[in-house]
Amino acid sequence: MSGADRVDGVDGPGDARGSRDAHGSGDARDPDDRHLPARVRRDIWVLGAAVGVFGASFGVLATTAGLTVAQACVMSVLVFTGASQFAVVGVLEAGGSLGSAFGSALLLAARNAAYGVAMAPTLSRLSLGRRLLAAQIVIDETTALAMAQPGRTAREQAFWTTGLAVFVCWNIGTVLGAVAGDAIGDPEALGLDAAFPAGFVALAVPHLGSRQGKVAAVCGAVIALVLIPLAPAGVPIVAAALGVVPAVLFGGTPDAGGDTRASRDGEPGDAEAAGGPGTDAGGNGR
Amino acid sequence: MSWWALLALAAAAYGLKASGLIVLGPRAAGGRALRLTALLPAALLPALVVVNTFAGDQRLVLDARAAGLAVAVFATWRRAPFVVVVVAAAVTTALVRAVS
Repeated sequence: MSGADRVDGVDGPGDARGSRDAHGSGDARDPDDRHLPARVRRDIWVLGAAVGVFGASFGVLATTAGLTVAQACVMSVLVFTGASQFAVVGVLEAGGSLGSAFGSALLLAARNAAYGVAMAPTLSRLSLGRRLLAAQIVIDETTALAMAQPGRTAREQAFWTTGLAVFVCWNIGTVLGAVAGDAIGDPEALGLDAAFPAGFVALAVPHLGSRQGKVAAVCGAVIALVLIPLAPAGVPIVAAALGVVPAVLFGGTPDAGGDTRASRDGEPGDAEAAGGPGTDAGGNGR
Repeated sequence: MSWWALLALAAAAYGLKASGLIVLGPRAAGGRALRLTALLPAALLPALVVVNTFAGDQRLVLDARAAGLAVAVFATWRRAPFVVVVVAAAVTTALVRAVS
C-alpha cells in the first residue's frame, strides 16, 4: 500500500510535504492530511444505532440460550465480534456442544486477524499500548469504514470513531436485550433485523469502485450463497474471504491496494451529500 | 456456559485480532498479503449481507428480509443518505411481515 510507504518516511510535519512529494503525490491537498468529514461521523453513529439493535437481539438470544445477563454483557465487552457471539449462543441454543460453538465462533473471528493485517499500516504510528487497545475494535465495521477513506488521517479517525460508536451501541444494546428482552417486544415485527444488512450494503459501496473490488464482492456473495445450505454456520462467511483471490488474479491492475479506493468521501450512501466530484471512483487518478 | 469458557473465548478472539494488527500486519507491509487483505471488506461485506438476509437454519430462505435488502440496494444505488437506506429497509421488511 503506497500510503504506508509514504508515511513511513515521515518524521515530522516539517518534512512531510517533501517526503510525500518525493513519492510522486505532489498534491497540495494531500489525501493523507484530510480529516474525516462531519457527515461521515454522523453516519457512523447511525450505523452504531443499527448495530445497537443487533446487540439487543444478541442479548435476547444469549439469555434464551442459557447465559446469565452478566455473561451476555461480559461477552459483548470482551469478545466484541458480533457474528462470533451470535454463533456461540446460536449453537448453544440449538443444543450443540461447547466445542462446536467455539469452533464456529473462532472460525468467524479469524477474519479479524486478516482485517488486522489490512489495518496495520494505518495504525503503525501508534504506541504499542494504543495498538493493543485498537486490536479489540478491529472488526467488520471499523475496517470497512477506515479502508474506505482516502488518506491516513481520515482512516485513523474513521477507525476510532466507528470503534467507539459500535462498542458503545453494541454493549448498550446487549444490556437492554439481556435485561429487558421480553419488554422490548419483537424486533422482527419492526423489521429491525433488516437494518443491519442494509447498513452493510451501504458500507460495501466504497469498496466496489475498482474492478478488483467488484470481482471480490461478486465472488464473496456467490460463495456465501452457495455454501449456506451446504456448510455449517460460519463457514459461508469465512469461505467468502476467498473471493479476494480471483479478484487479485483476474481483477485487472492491482490498484485497489487501499490507496486508490473508490470513494474519496468513502461513506455509505454519502453520495448525494458529497456535492462534489469524486464520490464514486473519483479516487486518485483513475 | 461457564465463566472460564467465556474468558477463554474472549482471549482467543482478542488473540486473533491482535495477531493480525500487531504481529502479522507490520511484517506484511507493502506485500501481497496486504493487497489481499485490503480487498477483504469488498468480499466479506456482501457475504455478510447475503448470510444475514437469505440464511435460515442452514438453508436458503426468501422472506421479508429480502424485500428490505432490495430496497436497501435501490436506495444505495439512488445515493440516498445512510440513515434513509437503513430505515427504508427496516420499514419495508416490517410492512411485508405485517401483510404476509
